[in-house]
Amino acid sequence: MKILVCISSVPDTTSKINFTDGDTKFDTSGVQFVINPNDEFGLTRAMWFKEKQGAAVHIATVGEAGVEPTMRKALAIGADEGIRVNAVPTDGYFVAGQLAEIVKKGEYDLVIGGRESIDYNGGMVPGILASMLGMNFVNTCIGLEIEGDKATAIREIDGGKETVKADLPLVIGGQKGLVEESDLKIPNMRGIMMARKKALNVVDPVDATQATEDVSFDKPAPKGQVKMVESVDELVDLLHNEAKVI
Amino acid sequence: MSILVYTESENGKFKKNALEVASYAKAVADQMAASVTAISFNASENESLGTYGVSKVLNVSNDTLKTFNAEAYAKAIAEAAEKEGAKVVVVSSSANSKFLAPILAAKLKAGYVPNVVEAPDSTEPFKVKRTAFSNKGFAHTAIKTDIKIVGVSTNAFGLKEDQTDASVADFSPELKEDDFSVESVEVDKVAGKVSIADAEIVVSGGRGLKGPENWEMIEELADVLGAATACSKPVSDMGWRPHAEHVGQTGKPVAANLYLAIGISGAIQHLAGVSASKTKVVINNDPEAPFFKAADYGIVGDAFEVVPKLTEKLKEFKAENE
Repeated sequence: MKILVCISSVPDTTSKINFTDGDTKFDTSGVQFVINPNDEFGLTRAMWFKEKQGAAVHIATVGEAGVEPTMRKALAIGADEGIRVNAVPTDGYFVAGQLAEIVKKGEYDLVIGGRESIDYNGGMVPGILASMLGMNFVNTCIGLEIEGDKATAIREIDGGKETVKADLPLVIGGQKGLVEESDLKIPNMRGIMMARKKALNVVDPVDATQATEDVSFDKPAPKGQVKMVESVDELVDLLHNEAKVI
Repeated sequence: MSILVYTESENGKFKKNALEVASYAKAVADQMAASVTAISFNASENESLGTYGVSKVLNVSNDTLKTFNAEAYAKAIAEAAEKEGAKVVVVSSSANSKFLAPILAAKLKAGYVPNVVEAPDSTEPFKVKRTAFSNKGFAHTAIKTDIKIVGVSTNAFGLKEDQTDASVADFSPELKEDDFSVESVEVDKVAGKVSIADAEIVVSGGRGLKGPENWEMIEELADVLGAATACSKPVSDMGWRPHAEHVGQTGKPVAANLYLAIGISGAIQHLAGVSASKTKVVINNDPEAPFFKAADYGIVGDAFEVVPKLTEKLKEFKAENE
């Protein structure tokens, strides 16, 4: 089985978010970049398939050279080789267009993306990619088993979960649940050393549609002071008469 | 020209988010001098959408679509959009809508923007405000394609009545066996329980509750409020509560009107997941808990004393106000 894990390089979850250039760009200064958490669950699941059932695991990222440390971390976790599309990931449509080219060329059986990235939160790349290629797609995937060319996936739905069956080739939008957080792999020294020797191929972008453009950004209005209350009577009164939520 | 809205239903009844996205679609239609057409699947009471400004309903009556199927639903919505000449398609932010919208985007060659919180900033260019950076920022995003897909955040726009006479027509999309190649085998839902995604009020518990055996008081409080129950990440990691209840950056986002956090200290990832909620109440025995800084109302106290008192008070309040 040949698996492609799509990796997004995102600001660490604790990063402060600021904007520059007249609030038109995300301010990356001082920001630590990491593997998108939803992608990390998918990467670990891919490593599980590699270890238990035998699979070649490649990773792909659309980004300029600055994303390579994040990709090296994914290689240190155990992915076999990486492909970087040398382009600024302008929107989900454009990224899906780039990845579609890689999937077509690489003839992957399984493509794992995250449910969404924790920066732009578009949540569309795996679905658009699958549709572009005519591949089956399961979103918000919290469980995945594969036997031969048949997949059984569990996806999270509002208020519960759903089990679905689909043939490979398959694209999933994965998240926590694909593996437990305690099972996430941390690169060890041997992995880090080996990752240095693994192929990280850089390819030029293909022509692809950019369907949307983030014109400007702003931040939520500063929060007012918390109102500390002494009793539940006072709280219920405030929720009813002031906040008007009950 | 019309604005097409996908209205979700369950067992034939429209979900609240269907009425919210219909309200949103009407606001877009007013800005663009257009009308609103809804597409519904196996729904009864289609005329009721007229209350929210829908003037035409295309109802798909098809037994093969009784269970949600992203590919088949997207195909039907795409066909309806083409038939109606729709320039904008509005969907909700439910798990199902977020599943089908990217497929629909590819089918219609349309730009898709999820997590939208307000009516469009402008319609030429078509620009909407959405949350980004896990609710730590907003982006104003222009959609550059001919057809646009907008995903509206839950509880962001609200219900806006605008009484219109809605005509209802049967709609039979052309579906093939291939459209059902992802096959639903089993749906496991807790019957009668409010889901976090649909909830206007969410009652959430953290490590401060000390163990899963103490969740009864959270559930009782949620029952009184008609709320969904949720939990912090450590609680789901320890298996006290199912992962589906974990709210936060890698869990579920919560955009409730009222979020009650009990025994949750407020890690930054948790705050990111709940910051779209309008009113936040924190009950914690640690006055230094970071969550107090992000809250609207706070009570410093022992959850085991405060929560039962609050439940009793709310029962009285309900009895007096119903």
